[in-house]
Amino acid sequence: MFRKPPEAAGAVTVQVAGRAVKVPAGCSAAAAAMIAGLSSTRTSPVNGEPRAAYCMMGVCFECLLVIDGEASQQGCMVPVREGMRIERQEGPRTL
Amino acid sequence: MTAPLGACDVAVVGGGVVGSAIALGLAERGQRVVVCDEGDRALRAARVNFGLVWVQSKGHGLPAYMRWTRRSADLWPAFAERLKALTGVDVEYRKPGGLVYALGEAGFEEQRQRMLALKAQADIYDTQMIERAALERLMPDVRFGPEVTGASYCPHDGHANPLLVLRALHAGLAALGARHRPDAPVQSMEFVAGGFRLHTAAGILEARRVVLAAGHGTTGLAGQLGLPAPIRAERGQILVTERLRRFITLPASGIRQTEDGTVMIGSSKENTGFDDRTTVAVGGRMAARALRIIPELANARLTRTWGGIRVLTPDNHPVYAESPRHPGAFVAICHSGVTLAAVHANDAAQAIVEGRLPASMEDFHSRRFDVQKAA
Repeated sequence: MFRKPPEAAGAVTVQVAGRAVKVPAGCSAAAAAMIAGLSSTRTSPVNGEPRAAYCMMGVCFECLLVIDGEASQQGCMVPVREGMRIERQEGPRTL
Repeated sequence: MTAPLGACDVAVVGGGVVGSAIALGLAERGQRVVVCDEGDRALRAARVNFGLVWVQSKGHGLPAYMRWTRRSADLWPAFAERLKALTGVDVEYRKPGGLVYALGEAGFEEQRQRMLALKAQADIYDTQMIERAALERLMPDVRFGPEVTGASYCPHDGHANPLLVLRALHAGLAALGARHRPDAPVQSMEFVAGGFRLHTAAGILEARRVVLAAGHGTTGLAGQLGLPAPIRAERGQILVTERLRRFITLPASGIRQTEDGTVMIGSSKENTGFDDRTTVAVGGRMAARALRIIPELANARLTRTWGGIRVLTPDNHPVYAESPRHPGAFVAICHSGVTLAAVHANDAAQAIVEGRLPASMEDFHSRRFDVQKAA
């Protein structure tokens, strides 16, 4: 369903759920989670259901991730950087 | 011409939380009820409110309102159970007590004085001031800002999900066989032998009795009944955060955390007529105050903001009155529809079934705004 854009050049290495993954430079953290094979990236704070990126354009808020320790980041709106730590977000965040 | 909406015992004009609660109580008492409502273009205060079931700040200048509010808070637990049993909807009512935070020593003293003034009016008033240390014990997961000196605490205060309250009321009406017609705003009324003939956008409705509970839509129709219904518009804005792990366990005036974990921040008051838009200036002020109380909220993302128009009388207290010119026609005008839903579905509905308002409701008559009498 999703394909990498052909112009993607270069690669960075990020940590997805504790595992080093090589992803195209300039892709989003949510895309990196997909490349890493995570089928869900968070659980709903309301009913605990597993959820994952849906719209990939900043609208649906389904792709919330913990990025470099900061929770509730819209994964699809955050471009990857070398060494970025991307974690699942389980339930509601704590301040 | 026949009457497309038929006949009923009571026509309730207004399908918000006030009209629907009264209608539910009427339907529970075996009355055939039709709720005439407006469509989505109506102002609809019932869809924008904060969700407090609130006792501690009510009734200054009118002890009857304090007692009426307290009565509703006392009825709320059984009311929530009744809604659940009737509709399956859990309206998320919780009664952990409620707070008004005090900032600084002066703020604490000011709040204490407000409380003493209310206590001087009626013995049942039992809100207390609590110091910061007690507040911290009450909510161990909250780190309060340095300015927080304490709060007033009322054990009867609570909160509910206001949208689920409205949903449950509408589902309850359907379950009891009452008709809710959102396509039938009332354009005019005629007075006929034995009752009223309502001309609605969906046709004519005959009713033995009429209850006007249409918020800002009440004014014109109340005039036809010879009842002054002075209603003031006041805008309130609300900010909502993303869902957070539960940590604010007690609702407060202006800050509460919902069952789903969102934190609602509110309680602005502006005179903007019927303009219900939001502004950055007011949202910023509300957020700044919330951060003085709970600084950690600075890390929370805001996801939504909205404005709504309160339904207020000149003295902010409710009006309940029967038309002297057309007995059987009543008005109910009030803010705090969620707080008062339980007493509306019980005492107010019972009064309308009996055809006369009881002593506990007498002080709410709109004649108190009659300047000549007051002079």
